[in-house]
Parts: sequence; C-alpha cells; structure tokens
Amino acid sequence: MQTDIIIAGVGGQGILSIAACIGMAALKSDLHLKQSEVHGMSQRGGAVQSNMRISDKEIVSDLIPLGAARLILSVEPMEGLRYLPWLAADGWLVSNTTPVKNISDYPDTDEIISEIRSLGNHVIIDADSIAKGAGSPRSSNMVMLGAASPYIGIEYLLLEEAVRDIFKRKGKDVVDVNIEALRAGRNYK
Amino acid sequence: MDKLMLLGDEAIAHAGMDAGMSGIYAYPGTPSTEIMEYVQNSHRAAKENIFCQWSANEKTAMEAALGMSYTGKRSMVCMKHVGLNVAADPFMNAAITGVNGGFLIVVADDPSMHSSQNEQDSRYYGKFAMIPVLEPLNQQEAYDMVFYGFELSERYRLPVMLRITTRLAHSRSAVVPSKKIMQKQVALPADPVQFVLLPAIARRRYRGLIEMQPDLAAESESSGWNTFTDGSDKSVGYIACGLAHNYLIEAYRGKQLSNPVLRIGQYPLPEKLVEKLTAGCEKVIVLEEGYPLVEELLRGLPAVKNISGRIDGTLPRDGELNPDIVSRVLGLSANEGPPVPDVVKNRPPSFCSGCGHIDMFNALLEAIEGYGPGRVFSDIGCYTLGALPPFNAINSCVDMGASVTMAKGAADGGLHPAVSVIGDSTFTHSGMTGLLDAVNDGSPITVLIGDNSTTGMTGGQKSSATGRIEDICAGLGVEPGHIKTINPLKKHHQENVEIISRELEYKGVSVVIARRECIQVAMRRKKEEKTKN
Repeated sequence: MQTDIIIAGVGGQGILSIAACIGMAALKSDLHLKQSEVHGMSQRGGAVQSNMRISDKEIVSDLIPLGAARLILSVEPMEGLRYLPWLAADGWLVSNTTPVKNISDYPDTDEIISEIRSLGNHVIIDADSIAKGAGSPRSSNMVMLGAASPYIGIEYLLLEEAVRDIFKRKGKDVVDVNIEALRAGRNYK
Repeated sequence: MDKLMLLGDEAIAHAGMDAGMSGIYAYPGTPSTEIMEYVQNSHRAAKENIFCQWSANEKTAMEAALGMSYTGKRSMVCMKHVGLNVAADPFMNAAITGVNGGFLIVVADDPSMHSSQNEQDSRYYGKFAMIPVLEPLNQQEAYDMVFYGFELSERYRLPVMLRITTRLAHSRSAVVPSKKIMQKQVALPADPVQFVLLPAIARRRYRGLIEMQPDLAAESESSGWNTFTDGSDKSVGYIACGLAHNYLIEAYRGKQLSNPVLRIGQYPLPEKLVEKLTAGCEKVIVLEEGYPLVEELLRGLPAVKNISGRIDGTLPRDGELNPDIVSRVLGLSANEGPPVPDVVKNRPPSFCSGCGHIDMFNALLEAIEGYGPGRVFSDIGCYTLGALPPFNAINSCVDMGASVTMAKGAADGGLHPAVSVIGDSTFTHSGMTGLLDAVNDGSPITVLIGDNSTTGMTGGQKSSATGRIEDICAGLGVEPGHIKTINPLKKHHQENVEIISRELEYKGVSVVIARRECIQVAMRRKKEEKTKN
C-alpha cells in the first residue's frame, strides 16, 4: 500500500498542521512516512505545498513522481489545480471553495470551480463556512482534512487521535473545536 | 529506541546533541535555519549547557566554532550555501590549522533557488579546502553522519563538511537515534602552534594537509557511505550522489534495475570504486544534485570514457533533480496527470498585510520621485520583495550587505542621491563595515535601515542589531544629526517623507532608521504573553 498526497495552499493556511496530523496518524499505523515542506520566503503569502508519502514499505524519494498522487488536498481552490500533473488517473482532488485573493490578477472563482468540476474524482467543500458553523473559523484546515480523510488510506479514528495529540499542548478547548471541525468535514456530503 | 519524526535539519541538530556537541554556531539562512532552531527549542541544550546562540554572520559563526574546537570540544557550524562564501576565509584556513575537538561544518545548498540568489555547490568548497565531505541521502543518514563526521574529524584533526540540499533539509521522516555520547572536557591542542598560521607554520601545515590526501581517499574507498552494487546490464552504469540515488531507485520502482550502480555519500571521490564501475560499462551516467562535480572529475580520468550527466545535457545543467527528470534520462516513462489549466495564475510571495516595510517603501518612493529612477540599492531580506509590483522600489539585490557598498560606489561615481535599503539583521551581518567605508570617504549616501527588530525572512530569529543601531552608526562616525528614526506607519507618512527627503539632499552619509516590529513576531509575542497571563 502506498499513498502519495499533495497538500496545497497559500503560506499561512495551516498546511503544515494538516501534514503533521496525517504524519502522526501514519506513525500510529506503523507506516513509513516522508513529508517534504516549503520553508522560507515562499511562506510570505506565496503558493506552498507539502509532498506526503505514506507506505507500508520503505520510501526512497522525498518527492512524488508526476501522475502518482492519490490525493490533492487543497485548502485554496486555485492552488489545487497547480499540481494536477502530479495527480494519478484515478486520484482525487479535494478542494476548499474559499479563494485567497492576494494577487491582483486572481482569476474568476467560478472558472476555477468549473475546472475542478471537470475532473472525474473531486470533492468541493466550503470549509470556511463549515468551520464557522462548527464554532471555529480558524479550523477550516481540519474541515478539509476531514473531507479528504476517506482518500488518505489511514483509519479515520487514528486521524482523530492524531489531532488530539497535536493540539494537546494548546488545551482541551482547542482540541475540541478541531475535532468537531474534523468530524464536520468527514460527515460532509 | 523510539523513532522520531524529523526534518533533515532537525535530524542533524538532534544528532549533534546526541554526539556530545558542546556548541552550535550559525546565522539564519533557508534551508539551514531549522538546525539551530531545533537545538534552541530543545530543553536539553539548556540543561546540558550546549551553546546555541545566533552569530552576527557566518564568518563569526565559523570562527567561534573553530575556537570551541580549539578547546577540544565538539562544535558545529551551520549555514546555507551562500553563507559559506561569507565564511570562506576561516573555512579555507581551518583546513590548514586543522582542528582539535570534532568540527562539523554543515552547509545546506539550495538547487532550484527556492530561497536564494544562486545555486552554488558546496562540494566544490570541500574539494577546494581538501577536506572530507559527507552527503546523506535520507534523514537517518543525516543523523548517523553527524556521529561519523565528528569521529572522522577527530581522527584526522580536520574539519569535516556535511552537505545537504533543500529537499532533505525540509523533508520529514522517521529517525532512530543512537546512544548518547558525553561532551568532551577542555583539552588544549597538543601542538601549541597548530592554530598559528604564520607563513612558516602554515607551509608545514599545508604540506601535512596534502600528505593526508591519500588517506582521506582511502577512507572514501572503504566508506560504508560509498557502495558499489554490480549488475548484469553493462550498457550503462550509474553513479548517484546523495539524493540522486533516491530518484534512481524511485524511477525503477517495480522494475528490475540490472545495471551497476555506485552510490556516493563521502568525498574525496573514491577513484578505485569509480574504476570498478566504469571498467565494464559502455557508458556512465552521473546523477548528482547541484553542479557537475563528479562528472567533471570523471572526464579528467584517462581510463574513463563515455560520460554523461549535467555537462553534456543528459540531465538539466541547473535546478533540483526529481524522480521525473531521472526517469526520463533512464528512458523510463513518467505518467503525467492533467495539465495545469490556463486559469491558474502565479502567486509570488508578498509583504504580510500590515508590514512596516510597506510604509517604509511608500515613504521612500514619494521622497525620491523627483530624482528619476535607478537610485535605490537594496539587500537580502523580506524587504527584497520591494522589487516586485506594486512597489518596484529597488534596483539591486546582490549579497548580504551589498546595498551599502554599492550605493557608496554609485555615489563615488557621481550618482546623487544614492540610497541603500537594508534590514537591521543584514546591517549587522555585513552592512556595518561598508558604512564605515562610506564615512571614511565621505561618500554621500543615505542608508535606510528597515528595522523590524528581528531576522524576518527566515522566520523571526534574534537580530544582533536590536536596540543598538543608532549607537553603531554613531560609533562608525555618522554625524548624530544625520541619524534619524522614523515610525513606518500610514499616519506618519507625510512626516516620514519629509525626513527622508531632507536626508536625500544631504551631501554626506546619513542614516534613516524605519523602526517597527515585524508583524509576525509581534503577533507571536502577544500570543505568548497572553498564554503566560
């Protein structure tokens, strides 16, 4: 079993937190893991991504080959499209609908959404509204993780455990809102 | 032992502490920054009294680490590839002085220039200085090589370089730590003049370094990091260095790799192993991350023929390697997904909303408007983003500190006004000495110091300049009446424009300090204060 995942978004959107949760859950499943991140200047509102590779066998390359990703998890709609050449023929694009318009030539959002819809396997989710509904506007990244959880190849309850472990330091309230956001994403239809 | 999930950078830091390192010295620079940060954030460093403060620049870091090695203790110095240029003087000479305690120089190269001005290959520096270089291919090796590097350094009394690239630095994987080694006691060098590079002594030391080369080569020949795997298909043999080996294996995933492969993880290049590979092969393809160092060396060996790599265009001459580039070279097909739709636009980095640099540039642009374009020299830091629209405010960014000296040169050439825009951390890194030159020569420049009281671009590390910029400028001889401080906020815009305008007109050295705390650091500080209360 091998799952290659690209997590995409804009610097500051909580991509590394998503990656940390998946990573922790992979460890709990006793799987091998490689997770490549973007640091430095690109984090200043630029496009960022994390390559995540989970496998029951040893993983050699930190980078995912083209056409191999089972999942592109995108917390911003245009950013998911940027990595399509890496998507496997039967892979899934799970994307948030809320754009981050920090560039002057940001395209028409409807056009972006229709590009996503034209893909065979896609999930489009308004994670920001759902997070707000769950009482934690800042947890939209956890809603996205929940929505993508069926395609990650890790038992869902292990993701909940991982979220608990990772946010433990920040207190029970933070853990609870993040779990709720994760569940809201998981149950989204 | 428990498995740890570590970035390549963190694996090196963790290994340093496990291997009895007494101190780590560095100046922040992507992709090397997290090595020092990991030590600073660990409770062990404080408990075990491991020195871990940022230095003013890579040269001072290198020298301080060499000083710690002088005492017989294990020390580490970390930097990005261009930082090694700054530290090149002590680096080259440390190979001549040799070391006492284990001395590891960790250099993180940035092929593809994710966060850099060039993509130089530090292995050349290692060869230039004639010291051993280690190149790990995963996080576990990065960890293990720290132990090995310290031992090798102590065995030969030489600095050892550990060279990584961005991909390994910033990729996380499982690492199994090994047994902890105690820190060493102070023990001065046996040879009292070892570190005195007077010509007569330096000549002797240099000959010693040259005489050591066959032994270093023999170490490489028998090193566990250099492995030869034979194969039945001799039409092509591969030499794969560092991460390139991963991409080779990835490309063949699920298929039989039946060609001979030489994996390189330690330099100097093991020539006997190279000959073993090349002897039976019709052709050799060199896969290496960075410059074509090994390929060049092979082309110089008379017995080795038919070499391909980055020089002959088999692989791209620049940029990071990846599994797809290597697959194509091997003639294995890559399965590309759908193309990127035209609707996708580039998203370059930009100033954080509310950043003080925005107001600083707005004030500068208005003040300098009447003089015509092409008068602003700048530097390496967040404020380099002032080069992008809508500001288009700066005309140069060359290396740390060059804003001050280039403005000086331009002023010496008759350009007026000549403005330097530099950050507070860059100023103490490499700007101060240039300012002294300008003062000594009376070169009419205006230095605008964007003081956000931190090292912003790398994520908010301590800045040596905090709280002392006025004193430093006055101490270097800038007229106190021409050291002005402004608050870069929208509400002070008009006042700031006037102050900058007046200093632009002054025909001597003037400094305007635009001081407002980095918005990211301020947010983090306020959050921490809130949690404490």
